[in-house]
Amino acid sequence: MFRYIVRRLLQMVLTFFGATFIVYALMFAVQDDPIQALVGERPITESQRAALTERYHLDDNFFAQYWYYMKGLLTGDFGTSMTNRKVSSMLADAWPVTMRLALLAIVIAATIAILAGVVSGIRRGSIFDNATLVITLIVLAMPIVVLAPLAQLVFGIKLGWFPATAGKNATLWQLLLPAGVLASLVVATELRVTRASVAENLRADYVRTARAKGLTGARVIGVHVLRNSLIPVITLIGVDLGALMSGAIVTEKVFNIPGVGFNLFRGIRTEDGPLVVGFVSVLVIVFLVVNLVVDLLYAALDPRIRYE
Amino acid sequence: MSDTSILAAEVPAVGRPRSLAGDAWHDLRRSKVFWVALVLIVVILLMAAWPSLFTSADPRECVLSRQHKPAGGSAIFGYDFQGCDVYAKTVYGARYSIIVGVFATLIAGLIGAAFGLSAGFFGGWIDAVLSRFVDVMLGIPLLLGAIVLAKRLSSDPASNGVFAVTVTLGLLGWTTAARVMRSSVIAAKNQDYVAAARMLGAGNSRLLFRHILPNSMASFIVVLTILLGINIASEATLSFLGIGLKGDAISWGIAISEATGYVRVAAGPLIWPSLFLAATVLAFIMLGDAVRDAFDPKLR
Repeated sequence: MFRYIVRRLLQMVLTFFGATFIVYALMFAVQDDPIQALVGERPITESQRAALTERYHLDDNFFAQYWYYMKGLLTGDFGTSMTNRKVSSMLADAWPVTMRLALLAIVIAATIAILAGVVSGIRRGSIFDNATLVITLIVLAMPIVVLAPLAQLVFGIKLGWFPATAGKNATLWQLLLPAGVLASLVVATELRVTRASVAENLRADYVRTARAKGLTGARVIGVHVLRNSLIPVITLIGVDLGALMSGAIVTEKVFNIPGVGFNLFRGIRTEDGPLVVGFVSVLVIVFLVVNLVVDLLYAALDPRIRYE
Repeated sequence: MSDTSILAAEVPAVGRPRSLAGDAWHDLRRSKVFWVALVLIVVILLMAAWPSLFTSADPRECVLSRQHKPAGGSAIFGYDFQGCDVYAKTVYGARYSIIVGVFATLIAGLIGAAFGLSAGFFGGWIDAVLSRFVDVMLGIPLLLGAIVLAKRLSSDPASNGVFAVTVTLGLLGWTTAARVMRSSVIAAKNQDYVAAARMLGAGNSRLLFRHILPNSMASFIVVLTILLGINIASEATLSFLGIGLKGDAISWGIAISEATGYVRVAAGPLIWPSLFLAATVLAFIMLGDAVRDAFDPKLR
């Protein structure tokens, strides 16, 4: 286990530097005029230009610039937006609501995926199983730009079952519809993985042993099969987080939730380069850290991984 | 009646044994999902190539006095906020979706094939370096990378963004394809026929392109088909966010983005582009799914 952790951490260091380097290079490298790219198409005064050059160390060479950027990231300084707010304080404001939304989405997705996945894994080839496969295929193909506005239109406005928008201090009830939209981004894969691993584990020797010992069906499924089937589903949480982040940008915009995604959307629309770079960097770091934690968790749960 | 003619009548002609692709085609022909996807794709391709087959209205002819008017005449989906014909705009929107999707997938496919082939075939340190690079790329969620790169590429205000979005999605989307290609190449290069060809004196390039590549294509093509659907969805998402297509480009993403502000007044301008976009993405993902089922012997 120790060797696995060390190897994974070393890999993480490489990925961390590589990914942040790519993001930074994409934003600033070989740019004819990086300052104009930062502020977009709006006109810019000489003093603003000087301030931006100073702030981003644009007079230094590229690697020195990257060094300053990394130093900022590691010390919690993510830059200042064009509206002169600290990106770190904007993040602190926006983070709680996005966290609640994402957690709610993960809970909804996991509940549906595990319940439906276990049933269709047990009854493979049944009507329920086939219907689930078709539905997951359709859900899988629904882009978030289609789902979010249509869900708002149908469930929020036409049917009026849920509030159509959620504000700053949104209640759990107001977040339910946007969280459902987000959940649909990840539920299909989770369901399919649960189904496949349940179906595979049902044929395992230990299940036959458990049945031979005379255990009830509920105990065999609920304890023996389920516990082993959920291990691969856990790894999905890390990958899913990327989909949730991307989805949150559109969902928070449509449902007017002032979270991280909403701020990022506004940054893109108002051509606020520093804000976009700061937010994207932080999200990439969060994504990497969560994936590291998930991988370590996976190794702790499944010995086959760490002895590989 | 002579014996030979009886024999000839009873024994069915045994031609060449069916190849893997032949087997797959045999299965595909019976798959309903495959035919539904194929019909959808043909319709969408026709729409992208010759939109005037489907509508005679001009999507750019917008009259403010028709704002949010319900369906009537040739405008079977009604009019949007600007007074444009929603049906015509939706039909013309197919073109850029397909162009961006196809070319982004081609770029991603070329990069992915180059990476996967060299990593899988040469192994050793080349594989280690290339695989680490893929790991790094996977550390950046697609849309986040695309936001930064598309913004960077589309700094020219005169362009309509098609080039920027295509290159962005192509440069960021190749990782899965590369991984799939790498693992199929590793599986194929240990086969006896590769060893046989090598013993006959075949060089690396002959081994790669005549023996290994053709036998590694099946799952690679499936991944690319699904990627095509994903790229079309990503283009719409980027356009929705305002960093994809812009200017006078007609795109489903832009149409959806514009319509979200007025859903309480008129739902049509939101619903129709959404449905067309969803159907297009679904068609490609269904096609990929059907082809994978046909090629995967384990599922038979």
